[in-house]
Amino acid sequence: MKAYNIIVLAKQVPDTRNVGKDAMKADGTINRAVLPAIFNPEDLNALEQALRIKDQFPESKINILTMGPGRAADIIREGLYRGADGGILLTDRAFAGSDTLATSYAIGQALKKMGKIDMIIAGRQAIDGDTAQVGPQVAEKLGMLQITYVEEVLEVTDKTVTVKRRLENGVETAKCPMPLVMTVNGSAPDCRARNAKRIMKFKKARTVTELQKENEDYTALYNEHPDLMIQEWTVNDIETDASQLGLTGSPTKVKTVENVVLQAKDSKIISAADDEIEAMMVELIKSHTIG
Amino acid sequence: MSSVFVYCEIEDGQVADVSQELLTKGRTLANELKCKLEAIAIGSKLDKVGDQIIPYGVDTLYIADDERLFPYQTLPHTSIVVNLFKEQKPQIALMGASSIGRDLGPRVSSALHSGLTADCTSLVIGDHYDKKQDKNYENLLYQIRPAFGGNIIATIINPDCRPQMATVREGVMKKEILDPKYKGKVVKLDVAKYVSDEDFVVEIIERHMEKSKVNVKGAPIVVAGGYGVGSKENFKLLYDLAEVLGGEVGASRAAVDSGLAGHERQIGQTGITVRPKLYIACGISGQIQHRAGMEESAQIIAINTDPEAPINSIADYVITGDVAEVIPKMIKYYKKNSK
Ligand SMILES: Cc1cc2nc3c(=O)[nH]c(=O)nc-3n(C[C@H](O)[C@H](O)[C@H](O)COP(=O)(O)OP(=O)(O)OC[C@H]3O[C@@H](n4cnc5c(N)ncnc54)[C@H](O)[C@@H]3O)c2cc1C
Ligand SMILES: Cc1cc2nc3c(=O)[nH]c(=O)nc-3n(C[C@H](O)[C@H](O)[C@H](O)COP(=O)(O)OP(=O)(O)OC[C@H]3O[C@@H](n4cnc5c(N)ncnc54)[C@H](O)[C@@H]3O)c2cc1C
Repeated sequence: MKAYNIIVLAKQVPDTRNVGKDAMKADGTINRAVLPAIFNPEDLNALEQALRIKDQFPESKINILTMGPGRAADIIREGLYRGADGGILLTDRAFAGSDTLATSYAIGQALKKMGKIDMIIAGRQAIDGDTAQVGPQVAEKLGMLQITYVEEVLEVTDKTVTVKRRLENGVETAKCPMPLVMTVNGSAPDCRARNAKRIMKFKKARTVTELQKENEDYTALYNEHPDLMIQEWTVNDIETDASQLGLTGSPTKVKTVENVVLQAKDSKIISAADDEIEAMMVELIKSHTIG
Repeated sequence: MSSVFVYCEIEDGQVADVSQELLTKGRTLANELKCKLEAIAIGSKLDKVGDQIIPYGVDTLYIADDERLFPYQTLPHTSIVVNLFKEQKPQIALMGASSIGRDLGPRVSSALHSGLTADCTSLVIGDHYDKKQDKNYENLLYQIRPAFGGNIIATIINPDCRPQMATVREGVMKKEILDPKYKGKVVKLDVAKYVSDEDFVVEIIERHMEKSKVNVKGAPIVVAGGYGVGSKENFKLLYDLAEVLGGEVGASRAAVDSGLAGHERQIGQTGITVRPKLYIACGISGQIQHRAGMEESAQIIAINTDPEAPINSIADYVITGDVAEVIPKMIKYYKKNSK
């Protein structure tokens, strides 16, 4: 029976779809503390595509790779609850301030350490940075083919994957050789629910750092239940060139950030009078909402 | 001075709207920087694209014409753009934030190690002082874009790497022919020098593209009309507003049921869900089934004759007035105040 080695890229993101009145600090930065941290929605669509391949080829292995702060270990637990086999948290201060290129470089270097990979499946886009750039850039860093906007994996054969792509004004069916990076659209099927048995089993899955915080004896736990170990890699676990990491390795710099959320939803009440409508249009142009 | 470059998307021999819009923007930027505007067209049977592209003020159009280059595929198009950029070293490169541009752009930027800013809503030239290095940068491209689900606007710069790359969605920039008789030159590339056979590994089995599409879902601005709009004539005003703002027209079910708008535009529980950065609800009461499809919009303007309409409670701006009176004023004052 054929088996595939699949890596799912998943990012923990603030839930920008439910931005309330206190989501922005006075200085215009995001108040991450009040926004729930969630599994990036399209990464769940990506995970589902991976799980479907595993349904068909049960010997396949799915590992989740996430780069982020320590609490992003939640992403791996969530993946385990839904059927992934394991995961790696890539976490280090050296990655802070990465743009998509530095992010892709770090993720690419981690992937290079993961042995022979058949498929890397990412979400199309993360809902915080909103760029959809990391998938294609990871592919380029690894010298792999990328296939974006996947809605459905139609067929996996020995060496090829056939997919349906959903483009902005049409659909395309393409047959692509492995290994490759796929990015999956939100229009793909939703991810299956957590499995109750798997929750029972994996709710104790931890990174070393988490266990140290909880004062647990991790050697004992990992010896007894090796599958509860969430691997944690820092910059020292992968080969990197420091000039390509974090802020230094990021060609793009954020010069300024403006908050465009109106304070609360206290509506501005205006009449149809000319001056009031003009004032509103000027405000909308200034805030780059229009224009 | 190195050039401003635009990647032109071509379908059925026609240059995509988004590319024409970028050519217009590219010309403005090139004028400001006193440099050339250049463009690349990659595809098959491109004899006529020069006539479409040069009039936007393009000084050099590079054409890569080969049967295998249409439809778009990632690897061959990337190879051509990367190799051409290595030769020509543009300072700025623009692409559509379309399924093609957002597939190609990141790959090219990674290969050249140059920054790429996604989905810009505005591009302007400006200076930058870097405190840490005590260094002044002149004439950088300010790439202005929304992020965090439209809740913030960031200005992004690429101080050191070239080209400064940006993608822009269709409808964000205006398109305008500069001069139908503009004198630009066309350079045909020797395709074999830019791509290798290994670039053609993907087999496209099937492809269905629709020509004109109503894309309410992807529109950054939605002007939606309800039963209160009253007539097809008044609905026309909504199209006018959407056109000047670069948005799309949506509708409530009551408006669709009464024939004021097509079904593909219906927003709500039994229609589509939209999350634009601006939603303008015109003559819509705001019943829960409608709100289900639009309440995550970043900003909402409600125009309603009823000051107590339920929609008002989720609106950022509540305009109490008649659609037929308010919309023409919005158009007028937008035109007056936008550059
Ligand atoms: C306001 C603002 C604007 C920004 N604009 C830009 C910009 O225009 N250009 C730019 O280069 N950078 C930009 N950045 C930086 C960018 O958001 C970060 O580099 C971010 O970590 C990755 O980009 P993304 O969220 O856009 O991911 P996307 O490229 O949208 O993510 C696509 C997919 O890649 C995978 N993925 C992404 N990140 C991770 C991760 N950490 N771990 C595992 N998988 C992952 C996921 O599968 C995800 O679905 C911006 C940041 C801010 C705060
Ligand atoms: C199962 C189910 C599913 C549904 N799904 C949807 C759905 O997907 N989408 C949807 O939209 N609805 C849906 N509906 C219908 C929904 O309940 C409402 O009936 C519908 O949204 C009302 O549309 P409306 O606001 O345009 O019309 P109305 O409720 O008639 O409101 C018209 C508004 O226009 C205002 N007005 C009148 N004249 C003017 C003027 N000259 N200028 C400015 N304002 C004016 C009025 O004050 C009023 O507020 C669904 C209903 C059910 C039961």
